[in-house]
Amino acid sequence: MSRLLDSFAVMFGREPAKPTPGSVSPDAKALFDFKRTPEQAQQRKRFIKEEKLHFKPGNRWRIRRWISIVLVNLLFVLSYQFDIQVVEGALTASRFVGFHMADLNSALQVMLAYKEVVINLVIGTSTVLIVWWLFGGRSFCSWVCPYHLLGELAEMLHLKLAARGWAKDRQLHRGTRTVLYVVFAVLAVVTGYTVFETINPVGILSRAFTYGISLAVLWVAVLLLIEVFYSRRFWCRYMCPIGMTYGVVGAVSPVHVRYSAEACLHEGECRRVCMVPHVLSMTKFGWNQDVRQEIGADCTRCGMCVEVCPTGALKFDIKGVGKLL
Amino acid sequence: MSAIAQFLGDEKSDRREFLRSALLGTAVAGAALGGFLPLMALAEPRLRPPGAIVEKDFLAACIKCGQCVQVCPVEAIVLADIDEGFGIGTPYIDARDQACDFSCDALQCILACPTGALSHKPSKPEEVRMGLARLDKPDACLARHGLGFKGPARGADYEGLHRYAAVDRWKPIPVADHPYDLPLCDLCVRECPVKGAITLEPMSGDPNDKRRTPVVHPTCVGCGMCEMICPTEPAAIVIDARLGGSAPT
Repeated sequence: MSRLLDSFAVMFGREPAKPTPGSVSPDAKALFDFKRTPEQAQQRKRFIKEEKLHFKPGNRWRIRRWISIVLVNLLFVLSYQFDIQVVEGALTASRFVGFHMADLNSALQVMLAYKEVVINLVIGTSTVLIVWWLFGGRSFCSWVCPYHLLGELAEMLHLKLAARGWAKDRQLHRGTRTVLYVVFAVLAVVTGYTVFETINPVGILSRAFTYGISLAVLWVAVLLLIEVFYSRRFWCRYMCPIGMTYGVVGAVSPVHVRYSAEACLHEGECRRVCMVPHVLSMTKFGWNQDVRQEIGADCTRCGMCVEVCPTGALKFDIKGVGKLL
Repeated sequence: MSAIAQFLGDEKSDRREFLRSALLGTAVAGAALGGFLPLMALAEPRLRPPGAIVEKDFLAACIKCGQCVQVCPVEAIVLADIDEGFGIGTPYIDARDQACDFSCDALQCILACPTGALSHKPSKPEEVRMGLARLDKPDACLARHGLGFKGPARGADYEGLHRYAAVDRWKPIPVADHPYDLPLCDLCVRECPVKGAITLEPMSGDPNDKRRTPVVHPTCVGCGMCEMICPTEPAAIVIDARLGGSAPT
């Protein structure tokens, strides 16, 4: 339980901390002591050297993810433009082969602002809630959200520019998103408008794809420019309330990325590619509480760490089903 | 004070990070709140789709998904852009471009709405109260001059659609493909989908006086068909949005 609360606290903005000796399991402690022996340290160094020569991370999960994002958003467009009627509407709310679906954050905004809930919205919200609890809430971010894909491209550009010294990543406090979340919730209740929807890049993009380009796309462009030149993954990391809604929903999801400390060489490659590296704090040497442990609630299940880990210490896993892939 | 100092951290970089976060966080919230401004500046309320609840509630209840847009057979419904602030992504009808002529018969947009922003209260077109027609430019009205009308109502390149029961009961066709030849222009009455919502009344007691004036009755639902079909430029008859919401009370 306290592990879950910790995971929430870190998602809400607290810096992850090294676990206190009392909270580390005996097995993990034994493994830590074993790994600390000079022979083991030597061996790790050798492995890392080897791996630098031979290991090349693939693109499997990224390709799968991009296909998923493009496909889902394309289905929305085709459903309207060519009348194939698979998912009608936009990402804020839709009908999937006639069945109601509602984005949890947009639905929440409407409920707070309108203060009345019709049955269709309850149906739509429940279905989506179950789906994203199963797949892990923020899977929405990296497997469906069109802004995520644009943000990923902006990030690639940012990293290229940063390597040449033309851009710099300025970090923000992750608590900003929590504060904004509360601010937008309060604003919806007090003003009676869905204030956040005005700047919701997911809704803006989804509508632009299906119903045609709009002026609002300029706002999305501004966000992307900030991400390229000023702050890496600015929106998804520090601002987006949608991400937080889904993070809470998927905190105890069956689908998650699992960390196995035995295989880990503690190089930190995973944290370098991760959009939310605070969820991977247990991969630091001596930071894991168990030999095997799930990574935090803020994880978007993008698979970048799985891809980049040379020893397979990070893997997708489904609770109760055992090892996957 | 020391608590804040502690929170901000001792290092300069920590304080910078805090300031950056506060500034950008405020900017994002501010940008969203900027949605108030267009709302205050918007002089005329939009004509909302059938069943729309009172405007203030409508903006709150609408989830901005456009499902109403998708089901409309004449594509009368379009979505507002960010220049309408909190109204971004909300549906409206520009009657002059394309009015709602109830071609769907069943108020499909209401059935499509997932949040109740379009109320289920109207169950047939006659019960809708989205707007009210008004003779805006009486001097422009052809009937008031006793004039007829010949040709396509809105010119050959007008793209609007209308369902002509006599041509095809089920499929709307372009207005441009349906030219008229009328001894006295009665387009607003002829194409009104609600019987008796608008009538042409004599302008004098003289039986030889051809002149007629359109009179709008309380049964008018405000669909905008008369504004769309009116052949004068600009339209002599227009629709005012009803502010009380378009559901019957």
